[in-house]
Amino acid sequence: MANTTAAEAHAHHPPHLQHHFVTSEQQFDAAKQGMWLFLITEILLFSGMFVAYTVYRVWHPEVFAQASELLDWRLGMLNTIVLLTSSLTVALSIHFAQQDKQRQMLICLVLTILCAGLFMFVKYIEYTGKFSHGIFPGAGYAPHGDYASYDIAYAPLFFSIYFVMTGIHGFHVLIGMGIFIWLITRVARGHFSSAYYTPVELTGLFWHLVDIIWIFLFPLLYLI
Amino acid sequence: MESATQPVGAAPQAAEAPPSGTHNYLTHERGLWSWLTTIDHKRIGILYAISLATFFLVGGVLAMLVRMELLTPGETIMGADAYNQSFTLHAVVMVFLFLIPGIPAVLGNFILPIHIGAKDVAFPRLNLASWYIFMIGATFAIGSVLVGGIDTGWTFYTPYSSQGSNAVLFMTTAVFIAGFAGIFTGINFIVTVHKMRAPGMTWNRLPLFVWAIYSTAIVQVLATPVIGITMVLLFLEKFMQIGIFDPALGGDPVLFQHFFWFYSHPAVYIMILPAMGIISELMGTFSRQKVSGYTFIALSSVAIAFLGFLVWGHHMFVAGQSPISSIIFSMLTFLIGIPTGIKVFNWVTTMYRGSVWLQTPMLYALMFLFLFTIGGLTGIMVGVLAVDVHLHDTYFIVAHFHYVMMGGTVIALIGGLHYWWPKITGKMYNERAGKIAAALVFVGFNLTFFTQFILGSRGMPRRYYDYADLLDRHPEFLGLHQASTVGSWILALGLFLILFYMLWSLFKGKQAPQNPWGALTLEWTHTTTPPSPHNFDRTPLVTRGPYDFYLADDVFGPRHTGDGAGDGAAQEGA
Repeated sequence: MANTTAAEAHAHHPPHLQHHFVTSEQQFDAAKQGMWLFLITEILLFSGMFVAYTVYRVWHPEVFAQASELLDWRLGMLNTIVLLTSSLTVALSIHFAQQDKQRQMLICLVLTILCAGLFMFVKYIEYTGKFSHGIFPGAGYAPHGDYASYDIAYAPLFFSIYFVMTGIHGFHVLIGMGIFIWLITRVARGHFSSAYYTPVELTGLFWHLVDIIWIFLFPLLYLI
Repeated sequence: MESATQPVGAAPQAAEAPPSGTHNYLTHERGLWSWLTTIDHKRIGILYAISLATFFLVGGVLAMLVRMELLTPGETIMGADAYNQSFTLHAVVMVFLFLIPGIPAVLGNFILPIHIGAKDVAFPRLNLASWYIFMIGATFAIGSVLVGGIDTGWTFYTPYSSQGSNAVLFMTTAVFIAGFAGIFTGINFIVTVHKMRAPGMTWNRLPLFVWAIYSTAIVQVLATPVIGITMVLLFLEKFMQIGIFDPALGGDPVLFQHFFWFYSHPAVYIMILPAMGIISELMGTFSRQKVSGYTFIALSSVAIAFLGFLVWGHHMFVAGQSPISSIIFSMLTFLIGIPTGIKVFNWVTTMYRGSVWLQTPMLYALMFLFLFTIGGLTGIMVGVLAVDVHLHDTYFIVAHFHYVMMGGTVIALIGGLHYWWPKITGKMYNERAGKIAAALVFVGFNLTFFTQFILGSRGMPRRYYDYADLLDRHPEFLGLHQASTVGSWILALGLFLILFYMLWSLFKGKQAPQNPWGALTLEWTHTTTPPSPHNFDRTPLVTRGPYDFYLADDVFGPRHTGDGAGDGAAQEGA
């Protein structure tokens, strides 16, 4: 509302509406635009590593193809399905928020966090499996036993990229899990409704980004 | 005193702003805690101003030490290792802790919301968080000094940086953290300009300062994450030897340079675009004329922001990249001179047949035109491959970037600081002291850095601790280095004078009128001096452009005289 004084504006506004915004829609739109911009920065953060992967893959295609045989594509596929499911559950939670269905919203968020936990557990299995065979990033690369035949030049580079990319991605999954815990406590206290569910929406956007990064990581590292 | 008649297009009650000096954003709350927990964009701008002034002082002292060492051949005041650490830290502090946050964090934070008619930025709490994140990053930078310092140069090239001291770990962490402050500020400004403009404030009525900050914010958002990942990779390279930059493990050290410069070139546009925005404001106000070519200046900011991402390879002409790459980067580098030149021509045209008022801010704007043009043209010169092969890593490059970064960004920042000082503090600085200091800065700057063009073109390499071995073939290097050092003293004198009279004005300065410059942008016409906490009594309704001086009668009242309306000493308007 243009030209209203501060006093008039104070008179009646929803509790979640911050003072520098005029309407709830403006505040929600601004929050979403801000979140999308942040997601773009995250994409650029990961793109540095995708560039490194591309450069080294172009230079040593056969080494990369051979080294990726050591990654179990079935575990990778499982993680892909898990993350896609978690994107579904978080989208559903937003849908239920819009419909004021508090219980279903809560259940979907809990399911999301369980999926995320499962993803991290599978990653844990993968990582410990690699370590037990002497596969470490970079200078620590020393495959032994069954994997001794993979002790070839430039293979350490593949695994450096593998560990750094999936490591930073996994770090973002952990951050997401933390945010979901916070979100669930707020849902349980009834902070959100169809009138105000911005944190749920923004967390959902973040989670979709985490998912989509994995969608690119999986084929590049595991399948080709 | 405000105009007695109603400003065209403004809400009827806008002329009734309370007189200066009563309830404003400085007096609204008191005490250190109110400052450390503020979410007012104006106070956050001041927090940044104090931090950045401190870092500028630190970086400046380091520069003085570097120049002092070069006063005589051989050791003058420090050994070679200390010298390498000095120039490294000088640049790191100046680039990451002063120039990059620079104008957006200080003047952008303070002025941008008012320029668009908003009460605050879109995300005020994120704004405060940005400052804290920045300070934490700065703490890590200081930490790197305490654990032994780095001597890699601010560019941290591998393999030296990945194999050297552990202080590099602190510094990469510092840059990574401080980068997030820039990203959040950029996000904040973009959303603010999109979502929080007052009614009637169309994109074509935005002050050019806003266009400049907006373009800068785009660069901040897109480029800064790349230095983030570069620092992470450097950290991991050092900490875990992942080998991505190490040939022994199959990596490539030049890849680091590509990553580093993919951010650091756009970073220099983060530094200069806001400066250009300030110059647009100064040119318009102090020529009392519509800024020539508004659309061209606005769109050229966006063009520079975009083109800035395509030229990073011009830092690597001699790094071993292919000739084809070098040729392409060279051509793109020439291209970016075009929107830049468009701006300079438009600023000059703005003055033509205007009513030019040579107050201190305008002196700095004119200084910018001269110094930045030299800096920009020498940049085009070194964009020529055959020239750069000889001039790369010489003092010519050092002079080039100081002319654009200091002669450009810092001069514009000082001009903007003088321009907006009355609005921010409610005080007028001493105009005669301003002019004297400007003269000292101009003379000192040129003596310091023009000599370096000569040094570099005759072959003096940069980052060299000692030039004794070069004096046989180049005896002129001694005189040139000494002249440059003396210049640094004059420059420092001018800058300290500015600091002194600005601080003095806080305590003893004359009370500022609401609009000492007779400007037409919202911060001058619709807010008190200093502004109230929420900037505006009522949301402004905008129906004119920011430089429509032909409407001055409607804004200031028909009884205003040509000099009365803008005279810093006289009463405003009625």
